[in-house]
Amino acid sequence: MRLTQGQFSFLPDLTDEEITKQVQYALDQGWAVAVEFTDDPHPRNSYWTMWGNPMFDLRDAKGVMMEIDACRTAHPEQYVKVLAFDSSYGFETVRMSYLINRPAVEPGFELLRSEGPGRRIGYTVRSYATGRPSGERYGGEARHGA
Amino acid sequence: MSDAADLLDPEATPETRDRPSDAPFVDLDALYRESGIGEMLEGMDHELVGLLPVKTRIREIAALLLVERARRSIGLRAEPPSLHMCFTGNPGTGKTTVARRMAGLLHGLGYIRRDHVVSVTRDDLVGQYIGHTAPKTKDVLKRAMGGVLFIDEAYYLYRPENERDYGQEAIEILLQVMEDNRDDLVVILAGYRDRMEVFFRSNPGMASRIAHHVDFPDYEAAELLEIARLMTEGMQYRLAPEAERAMADYILRRMAQPRFANARSIRNALDRARLRQANRLFEARGNAIAANDLLTIAEEDIRRSRVFTQ
Repeated sequence: MRLTQGQFSFLPDLTDEEITKQVQYALDQGWAVAVEFTDDPHPRNSYWTMWGNPMFDLRDAKGVMMEIDACRTAHPEQYVKVLAFDSSYGFETVRMSYLINRPAVEPGFELLRSEGPGRRIGYTVRSYATGRPSGERYGGEARHGA
Repeated sequence: MSDAADLLDPEATPETRDRPSDAPFVDLDALYRESGIGEMLEGMDHELVGLLPVKTRIREIAALLLVERARRSIGLRAEPPSLHMCFTGNPGTGKTTVARRMAGLLHGLGYIRRDHVVSVTRDDLVGQYIGHTAPKTKDVLKRAMGGVLFIDEAYYLYRPENERDYGQEAIEILLQVMEDNRDDLVVILAGYRDRMEVFFRSNPGMASRIAHHVDFPDYEAAELLEIARLMTEGMQYRLAPEAERAMADYILRRMAQPRFANARSIRNALDRARLRQANRLFEARGNAIAANDLLTIAEEDIRRSRVFTQ
C-alpha cells in the first residue's frame, strides 16, 4: 500500500528536478528547509528523526539537495520527507511537507478493532512494518545509530 | 547542414546535426545586451581605478561565457568551463571588491544561479577538534551553493608546520566539491602572492583545479589619488583643492613607509582626516558653520597627519 502523507502524495513520486524546484520555491519564500526520516509511517507519528539541523541560511536549493541525497543514501529503505518552516509572525509553522523517499515494499496498515463497554467498537490502525524493531523494518535494513 | 557541427560531433544523429542549421546566425550582440554585462563592465571601469590586467582578464572571461552561451543556443554542447579563480596581490589592491563584482557578472552571464558571495576565512572552514572540520566546511559549501565562495587569506588553510592541522581536511573537501559541483559553485581564493605560491606548491591538486590566476598589481600614486577622490565622494565629502595636493604628498610619503596597504591605507587616512575635520569644526563651534564646511576636508586636516612629521 502506497503511503500518502503531506503534499503531492497522490502524484507520482517527485523527480530530483521537481524536488529542486519545490525546495527553491520554499527558499525563495524565506522558509527554512529541513530533512527528516523515519521507519514508523503511522499518520499520527509527528516525531520523525531530524537529518541534521534545519537549514536556515541557504539561498540555493543545491545545498538542500546535497543533504537529501546524503539522507537517502544513508536510509534507502526508510521514509524521508522535506519540510519548509515559515518563521514569520502569524505563521511560525511548517508550510510545506512532502515525501521524497519511500521503502521499496510498503506492507500497509492493519485496521484494529477493540470492543468496549456496550459493544462500542474503537478503531485504530497499525503499520505491519512496526511489528519488528526499529531498524529491522522494511527489508531488514541494517540498524543505524541515528 | 552545418559543417561545424559535423566536425565537432561526428557521432551526432541526423536529428541533432540538423539542429544547428535551424539558427545559423547567432546575434551575439543581442545576447550581450540582454545579459546586462555591458553596464556591469562599464561600471567596473568607472568605479574601480587602475587594475588593468584584472579588468582585461574579466573581459576575457565574460567573452568566453558569452560565446559559450551563444554556442549552447544553437545546440553545441561543451562541458561548462571551470571558473575557479585565484586572486593574488598585496593588501588593499581590491581583491574582495572584485570578487563581489565577479558574482554579479557571472550571474548576469547565467553561469551561476544566484548573485551572492559567501566570504569566509580559515576560521569558518576549519574546526577545532577531530570531526569538527568536515561538517563545518560542508555547511559553508552548502551556503555558498549556486553562487561564489570567496576564501580570503586562503593560504592559512594549509599549515605545514603542524602536520596534524585540520586545514588539510578542509582543502580535500573543497577540492572534491570544486570538481563535482562545477556548475553549482565558483570558488575564488585570495591572498598574498608569495604565500599563495607556497600554498599551491604544497597543494598541487588545488593549483591544477584553478583555471584563472589573476594578479592584482599595486596602485600607482596617481591611481591612489583617484581612489582617494572616489572614496571622499562616496562618503559625501569633498577635498579642497589644496587638500588634494596635500593628499598627493601624503600618498607619496605613505607609499615609502612600511605596512603600506594600498587603497586600505588611503581609506584609513581619509577616516583620520574626517576625525581631524570633525575636531576642527568642534573646536570652532562658537561660530556658525556653513554646509560647505561640513563637507569639505581642508588641507590642514591632511597635513596634520603623522606621516608628514616623520
